Amino acid sequence: MQRILRDFSRNRLVYAMMLPVVVYYLLFHYVPIYGVQIAFKDYSPMLGFLKSPWAGFVYFEEFFNSYYFVRLLRNTFLISLYSLIFAFPSGIILALLLNEVKSRVFKRSIQTITYMPHFISIVVVVGIMFNFLARDGIINNMLVALFGIEPIAFMREASWFRTIYITSDIWQGIGWSSIIYLAAIAGIDPSLYEAAKIDGAGRWRQVLHVSIPGILPVTTILLILQIGSLLSVGDEKILLMYNPVTYETADVIGTFVYRKGILEASFSYSAAVGLFKSVISFMLLVMANAFARKVSENNLW
Amino acid sequence: MKKSLASVAFDVCNYTFLILLALTTLYPMLHIFFSSISEPAFVVQNRGLILYPRGTNFEAYVRVFENPMITLAYWNTLIYVVAGTAINILLTACGAYALSRRNVLWMKPVMFLIVFSMFFSGGLIPLYLLVGDLGMMNSRLAVIIPTAVNAFNLIIMRTSFQAVPVSLEESAKLDGANDMVILFRIILPLSLPVVAVITLFYAVGHWNSWFPAMIFLQTRELLPLQLILREILISNTTGQMMTDLGQLDQIPVAETIQYATVMVATLPILFLYPFLQKYFVKGVMIGAIKE
Repeated sequence: MQRILRDFSRNRLVYAMMLPVVVYYLLFHYVPIYGVQIAFKDYSPMLGFLKSPWAGFVYFEEFFNSYYFVRLLRNTFLISLYSLIFAFPSGIILALLLNEVKSRVFKRSIQTITYMPHFISIVVVVGIMFNFLARDGIINNMLVALFGIEPIAFMREASWFRTIYITSDIWQGIGWSSIIYLAAIAGIDPSLYEAAKIDGAGRWRQVLHVSIPGILPVTTILLILQIGSLLSVGDEKILLMYNPVTYETADVIGTFVYRKGILEASFSYSAAVGLFKSVISFMLLVMANAFARKVSENNLW
Repeated sequence: MKKSLASVAFDVCNYTFLILLALTTLYPMLHIFFSSISEPAFVVQNRGLILYPRGTNFEAYVRVFENPMITLAYWNTLIYVVAGTAINILLTACGAYALSRRNVLWMKPVMFLIVFSMFFSGGLIPLYLLVGDLGMMNSRLAVIIPTAVNAFNLIIMRTSFQAVPVSLEESAKLDGANDMVILFRIILPLSLPVVAVITLFYAVGHWNSWFPAMIFLQTRELLPLQLILREILISNTTGQMMTDLGQLDQIPVAETIQYATVMVATLPILFLYPFLQKYFVKGVMIGAIKE
């Protein structure tokens, strides 16, 4: 007790500086976690969070039995999986390729150019996609000229949605995500490369046995985080990209929560769907982390 | 040393691939820029690659800047960026400083509070209802306050503050400096590159943000630029900017207006970008070091 008081009186100013941040986290992160109890209630705006009557698992059952459940789970999972397979390694590959470039000016220029799209807003990126992928847009124009095929209304075809989503993600993120791997490669002890050369390792073997092991710790951490967000794909981007014609492949848990909760004001139902997503995500994260701990010493906590 | 044939072949492929990647990255922006200043009639008739501007016509830019909705939205975005970033940096710097202290009792649980919030959240709906209950719905506060601190940025800043040599603080303390003075006079000036990166991250985040504004704001006079952009680019509503034109003349101009709006909304960021680029690696790297 005395220790607490002494600590407090000595560090008053430090605690005062911390206070706004703590209040912010309690209010905007922990009050919503507490408020997610409306998923088990019949929330009415008149009665508020606390006084609304309990409903049990009605809304969860309604969601699990609904036509949307399988579709949302499939779409969310597939988009995440394709991101993991195609988008996630793209930054690693770019970093490894850039590392093989000897000319500093060339390397610099490629970096400067490929980092840029990261700073362009999603609204603009999706706007460009609508423009380029329109029936009379530049992509169709080139396809028609090169292969003589019928123009495709890409943004209105459910079958194209995932491809477009992932490709544009790579376009926007490849440079930025390579930074962290480049930094990891730069941190590798140069004597390891020297030793590999003396042992007669060519460039390919150096990449395989020096560069890749060097970026493995960072890759593991990022992979765990990626798995933890398997269910939270880019909701904001999908909201901009999709339309009722493409819901079949485009509608994900996050966009569904937005439509049900904010557009249709079914608060308890959408809160239940959101909670389902949060819980599964958290479990995935914990499992991925436990797995990483087992096979290597790299993990989050 | 002589290079093997395979090695040379790899270099050729590698350089070619990287050049193609750079071109694919650059082309969409160039296409938009060239189209925005080309003759509208040309843009509509030619749907292929545009490698240089065809003619020069700034009509689209004039129409964009004459549109009161866009200038108002621009102004709103500036308010959100400046006020939002100021609050972000103030809270993040103070919080990061407190969390970087070694001999303070309650910092471990506070750190846990923050890290846990990165991995588990109550979701969109409880937050939406909370903002309503706080009376912030349809006010500027709703797009600034709920994102006042970003846990990643806070941790990056904390890590960089921890790297400042303790001896500097101790001598300042002997001279009677309190924690506020140490933060603003010693730690912040020494961590300037990281503070610059974090400021950029926050500012770009506000500049590009549209979702909170969409769900929290109803009054059109409060909307940020990105929401107006969304109407123009994705819902194709450029009509009110061309009421003086006949139906047939509208189509080509509508398209150049779209391009001009993209330029107007993206240029400020692209101008800022080269100056701060050298700090990126530093910021991202510190973020990657755990604990």
